[in-house]
Amino acid sequence: MNNWRVDGKGRINRDKRVRFTFDGVSYQGYEGDTVASALLANGVHLMGRSFKYHRPRGPVTAGSEEPNALIGTSRSGAGRFEPNTRATVQELYEGLTTVSQNKWPSLNFDVGAVNDKLHKLFAAGFYYKTFMWPKSFWDKVYEPVIRASAGLGVSPTEPDADTYASRYLHTELLIVGAGPSGLAAALTAARNGTDVVFVDENRELGGSLLSEAPSAIDGKSTESWLAETIAELEACDNVRIMTRATAIGYYHENMVGVAEKLTDHMENPPVNAPRERMWRIRAQEVILAQGALERPLVFDGNDRPGVMMAGAAQTYLNRYGVKVGNAAVVVTSHDSAWYAAFDLADAGVKISAIVDVRTTVNDYLNSEAQKRGISAKVGHSVTSVSGTKRVSGVKIGRISGEQYVTDIISIPCDTVLMSGGWTPSLHLFSHTKGSLHWDEENEVFLPGERTERCHIAGGGRGLWSQQAAFDDGVHAAQQALTSLGQNAPGLSVDVDGDRAGSGIVMEELPSNDDKLARRAFVDFQNDVTAKDIRLAVREGMLSIEHVKRFTTNGMATDQGKMSNMNGLKIAANELGRPTPKVGLTTFRPPYTPTTFGTFAGYHKDELFEVTRKTNIDNWAEENGAVFEPVSLWRRAWYYPKAGEDMHTAVARECRETRASVGMFDASTLGKIEVVGPDAAEFMNRMYTNPWTKLASGRCRYGLLLGEDGFIRDDGVIGRISEDRFHVTTTTGGAARVLTMMEHFLQTEWPDLDVWLTSTTEQWSTIALNGPNARKVLEPFVKGTDLSAEAFPHMALRECTVGGFEARLFRVSFTGELGFEVNVPSEHGRALWEMLYQEGKKHDMCVYGTETMHVLRAEKGFIIVGQDTDGTVTPADAGLTWAIGKKKPDFVGKRSLTRPDMLLPNRKQLVGLLTEDPSVVLEEGAQIVEAGDTAIPAKMLGHVTSSYWSEALGRSIAMALIEGGFERNGTSIDIPMPGQTHRATVSGTVFYDPDGDRIKM
Amino acid sequence: MLLIHCPYCKEKLPELEFEYAGQAHIARPDNPAEQTDAEWRDYLFIRSNVRGDHAEQWRHSHGCGRYFNALRNTVSDKFIATYEIGQACPTSHAEGEENNEQLES
Repeated sequence: MNNWRVDGKGRINRDKRVRFTFDGVSYQGYEGDTVASALLANGVHLMGRSFKYHRPRGPVTAGSEEPNALIGTSRSGAGRFEPNTRATVQELYEGLTTVSQNKWPSLNFDVGAVNDKLHKLFAAGFYYKTFMWPKSFWDKVYEPVIRASAGLGVSPTEPDADTYASRYLHTELLIVGAGPSGLAAALTAARNGTDVVFVDENRELGGSLLSEAPSAIDGKSTESWLAETIAELEACDNVRIMTRATAIGYYHENMVGVAEKLTDHMENPPVNAPRERMWRIRAQEVILAQGALERPLVFDGNDRPGVMMAGAAQTYLNRYGVKVGNAAVVVTSHDSAWYAAFDLADAGVKISAIVDVRTTVNDYLNSEAQKRGISAKVGHSVTSVSGTKRVSGVKIGRISGEQYVTDIISIPCDTVLMSGGWTPSLHLFSHTKGSLHWDEENEVFLPGERTERCHIAGGGRGLWSQQAAFDDGVHAAQQALTSLGQNAPGLSVDVDGDRAGSGIVMEELPSNDDKLARRAFVDFQNDVTAKDIRLAVREGMLSIEHVKRFTTNGMATDQGKMSNMNGLKIAANELGRPTPKVGLTTFRPPYTPTTFGTFAGYHKDELFEVTRKTNIDNWAEENGAVFEPVSLWRRAWYYPKAGEDMHTAVARECRETRASVGMFDASTLGKIEVVGPDAAEFMNRMYTNPWTKLASGRCRYGLLLGEDGFIRDDGVIGRISEDRFHVTTTTGGAARVLTMMEHFLQTEWPDLDVWLTSTTEQWSTIALNGPNARKVLEPFVKGTDLSAEAFPHMALRECTVGGFEARLFRVSFTGELGFEVNVPSEHGRALWEMLYQEGKKHDMCVYGTETMHVLRAEKGFIIVGQDTDGTVTPADAGLTWAIGKKKPDFVGKRSLTRPDMLLPNRKQLVGLLTEDPSVVLEEGAQIVEAGDTAIPAKMLGHVTSSYWSEALGRSIAMALIEGGFERNGTSIDIPMPGQTHRATVSGTVFYDPDGDRIKM
Repeated sequence: MLLIHCPYCKEKLPELEFEYAGQAHIARPDNPAEQTDAEWRDYLFIRSNVRGDHAEQWRHSHGCGRYFNALRNTVSDKFIATYEIGQACPTSHAEGEENNEQLES
């Protein structure tokens, strides 16, 4: 197939060839490949360009920590493009389409690469410094240009076509990571009968055993030991194994979020199968066996395609059967890269040199290198890399004193394998706020104090050999099981040919080249160089948190998995302070980039948020209503007839209601039943109004304040009987009001004998308004007399309406004769249709929320939350009449006399009449003094409500204006784009100021 | 996600069932009319900003609906105790150190 595959190596299925495309070119790989391994097998290292300098980049790792090889992937069908997929993780399947990113016009020739030539301009903090001045350039020049060129990959343009699932799971023991320590822990717990969940982000279990197989485990080949072990675990009923499942976050009380990829590897996913599933796993004990991540070395050109981690090259060889080059130079500060070099050499890769920056290495490594004819350059450093789109050679020299190199020679090669040692992967442990302690000898952070019931095993504790990892996994499992009250016997796994090793931690490698000219990368994805970090320190960033934000080091999607330790080491060195004193930035969930869909789960489309509908809603839909959302409710907004737009429909509804009668679905009004011997006393304490003397069968407008004295809610409240109130609230405020009542009742007045019940959804409420309202209603009412004398305004009766038990209120939110009929909600539509038929005799219209708003505004009735904003007192709103003057106390009363509440220039609610009666002001428009053209003008307030009033034949508005009451009759201006409108301040009651019409 | 013990249901349940309801043990004055402006201001607005153990009210809003008191550490986010409304704060409660030292981000 091609000459980069190595016979007899790898866990790919060579019987199953898979075709895929990258940037339009067709390639072949095998089942079991990732996109990265398959491209490497085709000799392709150049897989993308970097974010800032547009430098050509290839994969630097073989795992989920990959910062460079980010690609766009597409599946057939709209809405299935995904940017920033890591090529090292995406499994290959037949027909997969992939594209490179951050390039234009092509990956090979990219215009943005000019940034690389100008790199001295783009030093750390460049944006902060450069785009400060002149101020006017920010909106017009800088931001559009930055926006156009910023961003990683291209956002999808279509809605996500996939579905996502989520599940909860409870278990005794969760094990994260299926390398040697995870496997040993799982075996120990499984044989003990413990309930185990075992997760790993890879497609198969094995971890480092898949990349670097010891010669034998328990006397068997690694492959057979692994197969037998997995078979044993799979056969256990008490063990649930999840692969392609990444533990992304460790939350309180041992809840671990696990994102499981279900279909991203499939050519033909089952129809309707979810793409991913989020597991919320609550475990009694957790074992984190996540191993360690290999650290890059920092030297000029360490980002060139062909430069990669030594361990990654070993993974590509042993797991995927791919050699990453023909001639490699290995540069390292750790023993592990020597073993990688030996594996590659044994597979036929020419190892041109092993360059080790340490002064000595052990004899075993030296002799093994010699055996293979590899030139070992101990005490040497790489000073530069040549080649742009692929490595063509390196310069190396003998380290002679710190930062000085002699005897420089060039070595041609097509691959550079680097290793700066290993960083324990403690991201999830860090999510728990577990403390880290600095191991001075090995220069690594290790897990310290725990805050959760978790145990770290293997590489995460800085143990570098597979034997040590197996032993530690058993130990961790025994600890966890002891803590579960189970005493599990231990077990032993014996490794032959174990490769223990050690190393040192370096900062930027010694070189003679100009420090400012070196392109030695620390954070590959965010294009942060060693020079940038030193600059940040020189410019006064003393904490690693500041260095991070100034340079963006560690802020890429790999969250510093590759860059944090190197950045820290360079900063510490520049500061002349010990590494642990400079500190480490905090890791946060998710561990690896996770799709929004996985977090959203089922909460999308109609399941994103509930839509509340009244019993009458379907009638409105059948009769052509246009709807608007009001909090979670869907409400009929207006009912257009053929040929009507919103304006004409609303004008007609207003006209017909005031001329004859209109019907309105008011079922969404919040309703609370307040019951008990102390109900009246409770109402006295909660609401501003007096309730003691309100007779049964009467109702009253109620005003609710917060303890701070500001208006919170309002509504008509009826007294059904001595100990029972029917409280109505605003549509959006129902839950808030009930919560506030419960809070006072439970915590301040537990002595009051009162029960509160939400009855919003128990009642359908139909409002009839207009001079003919009584005529429409009367034929259906049994058990009460509707005459004006027997049933006056603000009265209520329990009776039957249309054969249904009803609470009938005579109230009006329109200024017309009005009734509100409450019947059990399931009968709402039936009653509505009866009334609708009867209404035909009187030219009755049905109206929606817009007409309701206009009619109430004509009467100056406020809507809490529209005409008030949480800073409006009863006095500001002209509602002092609603305050029970003789009451010693109610919620908010004391606040009404605080000094600021009594200031004369508070914003007060007034009416506005525009000079030009045809101008309908915009709600929210700002108000200034008449003739004030200064810039900026002093803003006096704003328009809260504004409508065309059909009854008055002109526009009307309400507004909150400083000292508004004093301004009655004077002019103010409302400056709008293109034109300033002048208006006269008026009272808020525009229509029927004497209130004659409700008395009919 | 935290697990919170409801002192009325006597069960440890997921945080999703609960909502926070402000600092605990701030009693509404018996006679607000007699409060000076400063006293009333303190009752309305002045709250501790504890780094450490904080007594607060929670409500089991998607369960029994009852309000209760809790002692929670604002650094570790761990609940130390939950107890019924009207009960005194557990005596073991050492008043948390009040300061505004910036936490590591």
